[in-house]
Order: sequence, then structure tokens, then C-alpha cells
Amino acid sequence: MRRWRYFGYRLLFALPVVFGILVLNFFLIRLAPGDAASVLAGESGAASPEYTELLRQKFGLDRPVIEQFFLYIANALRFDLGFSFRNDAPVSELILARLGPTLLLMLAAFSLAVAFGTLLGVLAAVARNSWRDAVISVATLICYATPVFWLGLMLIVVFSVNLAWLPTSGFEDIGQGYEGWERGVDIARHMVMPVAALGLFYLALYTRVMRASMLEQTGMDYVVTARAKGQSEGRIMLGHMLRNAFLPVLTMAGVQAGNLIGGSVVVETVFGWPGIGTLAFNALQSRDLNLLLGIFFISACLVVAINLIVEALTIALDPRIQA
Amino acid sequence: MSDVVLTLDNLTIGLPKGADRAAAVSGLNLTLRAGEVTCLIGESGSGKSLAARAILGLLPPRVTVTGGAIAFDGQDLTRLTQKQLARIRGDRIGMIFQEPMTALNPLHSIGRQIGEVLAIHTAMGATARRARVEKLLADVHLPEPSRIARSYPHQLSGGQRQRAMIAMALALDPKLLIADEPTTALDVTTQAQILRLIHELQREHGTAVLFITHDFGVVADIADQVAVLRQGEMVESGPRDAVLNAPQHPYTKALLAAVPRLAVPVRPVEAQGLVVLESIGARKSYAAKGWFARGRATRALDGVDVQLHRGETLGLVGESGSGKSTLARAMTRLLAIDSGEIILNGESITQLTTKALRPYRQKIQMIFQDPYASLDPRQRIVDVIAEGPIIHGAVPAEARLRARDLLRLVGLDPSAAERFPHEFSGGQRQRIGIARALALQPEVLVADEPVSALDVSVQAQVLDLLADIKAKLGLSMLFVTHDLRVALQICDRIAVMQHGAIVELGTATAIFTAPRHPYTKALFAAVPGASWNQSIPAAAE
Repeated sequence: MRRWRYFGYRLLFALPVVFGILVLNFFLIRLAPGDAASVLAGESGAASPEYTELLRQKFGLDRPVIEQFFLYIANALRFDLGFSFRNDAPVSELILARLGPTLLLMLAAFSLAVAFGTLLGVLAAVARNSWRDAVISVATLICYATPVFWLGLMLIVVFSVNLAWLPTSGFEDIGQGYEGWERGVDIARHMVMPVAALGLFYLALYTRVMRASMLEQTGMDYVVTARAKGQSEGRIMLGHMLRNAFLPVLTMAGVQAGNLIGGSVVVETVFGWPGIGTLAFNALQSRDLNLLLGIFFISACLVVAINLIVEALTIALDPRIQA
Repeated sequence: MSDVVLTLDNLTIGLPKGADRAAAVSGLNLTLRAGEVTCLIGESGSGKSLAARAILGLLPPRVTVTGGAIAFDGQDLTRLTQKQLARIRGDRIGMIFQEPMTALNPLHSIGRQIGEVLAIHTAMGATARRARVEKLLADVHLPEPSRIARSYPHQLSGGQRQRAMIAMALALDPKLLIADEPTTALDVTTQAQILRLIHELQREHGTAVLFITHDFGVVADIADQVAVLRQGEMVESGPRDAVLNAPQHPYTKALLAAVPRLAVPVRPVEAQGLVVLESIGARKSYAAKGWFARGRATRALDGVDVQLHRGETLGLVGESGSGKSTLARAMTRLLAIDSGEIILNGESITQLTTKALRPYRQKIQMIFQDPYASLDPRQRIVDVIAEGPIIHGAVPAEARLRARDLLRLVGLDPSAAERFPHEFSGGQRQRIGIARALALQPEVLVADEPVSALDVSVQAQVLDLLADIKAKLGLSMLFVTHDLRVALQICDRIAVMQHGAIVELGTATAIFTAPRHPYTKALFAAVPGASWNQSIPAAAE
């Protein structure tokens, strides 16, 4: 079908986009002063210029930038993201170990925000100007205005410290040696607060967008047509308005996939979540350029992938989209 | 033919506080009979659409029936709950709307939307519904019903969409069909086909039809009974011929007099002036955009040669997509053409840059279709009019003074200068638009459908004003319209356009009395109420 051929084109376009990001990242990161050698040398305490130079030679940092660049691109195309001298491990290994928790956190926060945002938005629109609408509006405004790190800290204070319902941080209780189902429950318990901290802002945002979008649909001609057919109000809402109103939310969610990754750095730091965010933060502080580049690259791929998924969903929902 | 299907008894519809009047419709009495088409005619704001919606309980929020009764099938519809009404809607009363694009859900296939009516009101299974939908689509003369059923609204033409709407409204053979301006958004030839279709189906099934319209031509074509509504009150009603040919109420008479005649008014013949503006072999196509898009360019202008003479009004007539607006925009250089030449006063302006074009801009001024969208809502009228001359170097104080003179010229009070656009009616705004165009003392006026958005009585006034000003100031005018009646009234020569080319060009009289091209003939045949229109004596004015 023509619509899916259009999706095929978008898929093809994703490749040069990822490549462009690769190139851009490589040069951007060299704009910052300092490199891994100077940090390592500095930490070793008694670093002479000769020792620093030796490190540079060992890491290949003394070669011309252009040579380093081609080497990097050639390796990246073979999915070899280089070696983190700082961590003494291949970059891809480091990232893979952290990718799971981050994906879990992001996808959970993202899908919950979209699902509940849509639901709350519909509820608010249906009960427009009633107390329910007012409660939802005030709640979303608060979520919208609260900084993520503060929300995270408050969640810890209330639910972990005072009520002792949930663990304060980490991915799981390794010491307990849980397995199978019990391990899943344990991880889920650890996830509750990070997901809430990361997702509430987006949930509030999508609630507002969905509410406005639903109200806009209320006045549409096709709604009157559906009524003139004798359709019930409930079915008009679910069968006709919901899908039309959801499209703007979906578009917005796709645009924000990138922000979500940025937000996860803060959340992972607050909750000690062993994800890509904390890894990136550490790599940045120790000038571990190889690792940082690898993380950038993976994040970019993630954003591109989420955008493609959103695009596919939009095409599936809206028959008007075609090349 | 006198089974009463529906009776409006002293129906009064209240408007929310703060509206321009207390009741949208007051004390309306109307009887609809099986097999008859009753036209409810009125200008915008007359309450005709609200009266139609009240029958199905589809009034907008805060607008309510405050008095009277709607008797249908032994029930008073005003006393039913929404649930009870829902059982009648779509089953025993069907409704079609003005704009078939927005009236259909863009995300559902045509088949699903028609099938929905069957799913709500009958116990038919999915297969039976699908078969019935295809039969319904065939009944409204849509080709390849099974393909249409699978299509989405955006894949169909305006006429096809309206046919699908009609199929939906008539799916369960209702006793009453309410049609709210169902042909207003369509091209004339399509309009004629849809009117014929409604007429045919209604005769076949003995359906009572309540037809809302603002066009007496449509009334002449389709009505059995007519009711004229003004400001929510019915001023006259009766059989079609009586109302059209022997109107009693002064308002009806005035409305009828304002209907543009399908005739060429007698005009003094003038010698053709020199050519002011000319297009030589203008071509313009819109290619499908994007790296992977292939071929299929739309040809909007296909080598158009046309000359506008000094002091003449040249009409560009055609249906949507014929290229008439594109040509007007190309000749004013609002749009770049792919090849060909645009020549103003003997100078080619085709290749001029935006900056070099500026001195020529003031010689050609435009009047737009939508008087609501074409004025900046936050600008005072005096600034709307004086802005152009000031840009071109006029002394601001003088330009503002002249703006007041121009307001007088277009028939408005100079005190209007200090007010804002929203304080004026559509007709008044169009006058302001004309004053704005005149402020730059242009040689050529380009009017793009300047009266299409206006009520018929206002339309006549604006046309008179345009003709008057053109004569007074010796302007040349390019007049774009879809309405042959309007073109005949105001244009000296008419160019009929189809598929981006001029298929026939001649004096208004020649085009009218002896059209040569089949498309011109088709356009004339499609004019609503053509035969009635020609029968009314010009002396009625």
C-alpha cells in the first residue's frame, strides 16, 4: 500500500540522519577542552608531561583529528564503538549493560504518560467545567510546574523514608537473591518512584493537550453527523472523537522522545538507577570521549527509533497520510 | 399527496443572553408533507439552519427550543429525551449537511460510516450490512460501489462525498430528509447533479424533504413549497410558483429582485481601450513535492493568452480547480509562473524581483473573497486603508484624510475610520476592502470572488458599487467568479476556464446568446433555476 511505502521512505531517511548525528557528535565533543589522558594523568597524582603524552599515544589521541574521525566512523559502521580506557572495557559492553534499565524506565514512563494522559484528558473534557475537570486541571498544573529532581526527592522522603513502602534507590535488591517472578516484583517496586518522577510531567502535558484536542473535536461537523445518525454520546466519543483527538497527542509525544532521555539523567541520578543517564554523567566528568560518543550514538538511535514507531502509529491511525 | 409528516407549531428557539436578538426563530409554523420538498429560504442569520437542527434536537449548546411543538409520527419531538431522539435520528429522519468533507469522519472509511447507521438501528450482520452499503452507494449513482465503500473521505471528490452523505441519510428510507444547504459548497455542475439526485430519490421513496437554502435558483429547481425566513420570522410561505412569481411580502420581493439575472444587462458599447495587462503563454504546474515523489504534476495554467483592455471588466469564470484564481494571481505577480510573460503597460514584469516589482504593485490591487479574513482584526479602518499609500511614500496625515474620502466613495460613513473590522457586517467589510484597494490609485483591480461570501441582497449592492467605481475612475477590472450569473451582470468580456486553459473567450453577450464550447453550454445548463431565472422580467428590479 502507498501509505506503507511512505513509511519505507522514512525508514530509509533514518539512515543518513543517524550518520549525520554520528559526524556531528564527533566534532562537537572536541570543542570541549581536556581529554581522557589529562584526566587520567591528573588522577594518578604524579603526572609528568611525558606520561600524559604516553597515554595520548596509547589511546591514539595524538593522531590528527581527521584520521581519528575516519577511524571512528569506520569502526562505528561495524558497530564497534571503541574502548573506554577509563573503565577498561569496550564501550558497547558498558552501554549494553546499562541499556536495559534505561529502556525499562523510559518506555514505562512514556507509555504510562501517554495512556493516562489520554484517559485523564478525555475525562476532563467530558466533564468540562465540573469539579472533576477542576481537580484534573489543578493536579496537572502542579505536576507541570514541579521540577523533576525535587519531585523525586519528595517521593523518596514520603514513600521511602517516612512510610517505608518503597526502596529508596537502585534497580533491585541483589542481596536477597530473588529469582523469576519474585525478582520481577522486586524490580517493579524499585521502578515505581523513578517512573512516577519521570512520567508525571509528560502525563500532565498530554492530559492538557488531550483535553484541548477533545474539546476541539466536540464542535466538529462529523460529530453532529454521528449524532444525526442516532449514535449514542458514549459511542460518538469512543468511536469517532477519540482517534481524531489522539493524533495531536501522538505527534507531540514523538517530538518529546528526546527530552525523555535527557530527563532520565536527572531521575537516574536521584534514584541511583543504573542506567545510561548516570553512565553519561560519569563519562562526561572523566572526559571519557569514546564512551560519551557511544552513549550519544545510542541515544540518537533510540530517538530515531521512537520517532519511527510514532510515525508508524500515525500512519496506522490516519488514512490521510501518504507520500 | 397530503399525508403530513412533520408539523412545526409555533416553534420558538431562544438564543443565549447577549446575542443580537432574543430568539433565533420565533413562532414558526410549517407543515411538511410526504413526497414534497419544502424549501426554507433566508439570508445568513435568518435562523433557517437552527430551525432545521431543532427538529433533530441538534441545537448547539445554550441554544434551546423555548416554545411551540414539533409534531412527528404522533410525538412531540421537543418533549423527547436525547435517548428517545437518537432512536429517531438516522432511522426515520435523515440529515445531510453543507460541507461533506467536514461532515464525514476523516479517519473512517465511507463504508464504515454508512454501515454505522445500519448497525445502530437494525439487527443486520456485518456481511448483510456490507452488501446493503454497496447497494446504497449504487443507488446514489456512485461508480464502483465496493471501491468507494473502502475509500476514505479525502479520496473522493466533493460531489462524491455529498452522494455518500445522501446514501447515509437515506440508508433506512426515512420519512423525512433534512438537507442543510447541501449544494452550497459544490461546483455548479456538481450542484445540478446533486439536486437532480435528491429530487429523483425523494420522488421514488415519497420522502418529505426540508431543504435549507439561500439561493432562489435552487428553490426554483427543487421546491414544491417555499417558506421565506427573515430574522427568525416567516414572512411568506406558499407553493413555489406563487412565491416566486407573485411574491406578496416586500422582503421576498426585495430578495427576488436581488437575484442576479441570467441575462446581459444593456450597456453602452464602448470602443476597446489599449491593453493594460496581458498574459502570454503563461504556464504553471504544481509538481508533487519530495525526493521520492514521482511525476503527476498538476497543470494549473496551460499556456494561457489573455488581454485586459483599459476600462474593461474581464471575467474569469470556471469551477474549482479550473485555474481561474491561479491566473489572476499570476497576472498580479503574486505567484511566479514557470514560463510565459506577464506584461503590464507594455513592460514585462515576469522576471522582476520582489524589490523591483514594488513600484508596479500599486498599479494592480486585489479585492479578496473572504471579507472576514482579509482585514487585520487589530487595525483601525483608517489604518487598513492608509497603510498602502504610506508604504509607497504618502504623507501619513494626508493618506488618512484621503481614507475618509474613500469611505464616502464606497458608501460608508467617514466616521467608520476610527472603528475596527469586527464592528462591520460582511458587506460593509467588502466595501472597506474595495476602499483599501482604491487607496493606491491602481490602474487594474483584481477581484477574486468578491461577492461569493455575501448574502444575495448585499451581493447586488457590492456589484453595483464595483461597476459604479470602475466607471467613475476609469479602471480596468479582472473579475474572478464561479457564478455565471454574476459574471454576466458585471463583465464586458468573459473567459471561460477549464483545466487551466481558456476554452472560450468573448463578449458577455456572445457567451450568453451563442456559447460555442460544450463546457460553456454545460455551465449555463447547470445554473440553478435557469429557466425560471430567464422568465423573470428585468423590470422587476
